[in-house]
Amino acid sequence: MRITCPHCGERDLREFTYRGVALALDRPAPDAGAAAWDDYVHLRDNPAGMTRDLWYHSGGCGAWLVVTRDTISHDVISSELASTARRATK
Amino acid sequence: MADLIAKTPCEGLLPLSVGTCTLSEVLPDAITSVSPQSGKTRAVSDALKKARGLGFPSPNRATGREGARCIWFAPDQAMLVGPIPDPIKGASLCDQSDGWAIMRLKGAGCVDVLARLIPVDLRASVFKRGHTARTMLNHMPLSITRTGANSFDLMVFRSMARTAVHEISGAMKLAAARKAQ
Repeated sequence: MRITCPHCGERDLREFTYRGVALALDRPAPDAGAAAWDDYVHLRDNPAGMTRDLWYHSGGCGAWLVVTRDTISHDVISSELASTARRATK
Repeated sequence: MADLIAKTPCEGLLPLSVGTCTLSEVLPDAITSVSPQSGKTRAVSDALKKARGLGFPSPNRATGREGARCIWFAPDQAMLVGPIPDPIKGASLCDQSDGWAIMRLKGAGCVDVLARLIPVDLRASVFKRGHTARTMLNHMPLSITRTGANSFDLMVFRSMARTAVHEISGAMKLAAARKAQ
C-alpha cells in the first residue's frame, strides 16, 4: 500500500503510523452530554467500503493526514493534511 | 580543569570503503533547526539569503552548497548545516549540532547501495541534486540529500550512528558482491 503525503509525495506504507477513524477532527463540545461523548469515545463503525482515517507520517515529515481509502478494494483514494481538513469542517 | 576529549558521532567507525563506494563522516561547525513563524517564511528566506546566500528551501529541496546547506526537514522547518547563524527575526532557531550524525556516501553505484535500505526512488532521473527527503533507513528516521551525481548526505540521530554505519556497510558489501558476479 502506498499513501500520498501532501508534503513528501507518494511514499511506502512503512513510513506511516495508523491512528484510527478521523474522528478527532469532529470532537463534541465539552457540554454535549453523555450520549455524544459515549459515542465519541467508545462507539466505532466497522465499514466495508469507504473509510476516512488519521495517519501519522512518522517516518517522514511528521504531518498528520486524513486518508480516504476503500477497505474492500484496498484503494487509497485521497489524502489531505489533517490541519486543512479540520479547517474545512470549522 | 579537566580537558574533555570530544568524540564525533561516528568516531572510530568511519571512513570506510567497499568496492567503488566510500562512506565518510561530515562534521559541520553547527546544525541548527530554523522554523519560520506563521506567515514569516518569505521574510526568513530573505534574511537567510542576505546573511548566508541561501534561501529557505521549499518542501523536499535543499538550498546552498558544500559548507552551508539549508535542508527541508518538515512543514515550516529546515535544518541549517554548516555555519553558526545569527538570530533571524521571525524564526525560531534551535542548536542541534550534537543531535545528528551526518554521513556521506560517495562513488559509482551508491544508488544501488541505498536502494537496499531506503524506500524512496533515488534514481538520478527522479531524485536530482538538491533534492532531499525525510524517510527511513530501514527502521531509522533519516534525512537524505543528493549532493552530487554520485554523492548523498545522510543524517540520522546521533544515538543511532553505529547502527546506521552497520546497516550501510552491510548494504555496501552486498552491492559490491552483486556487481562482482
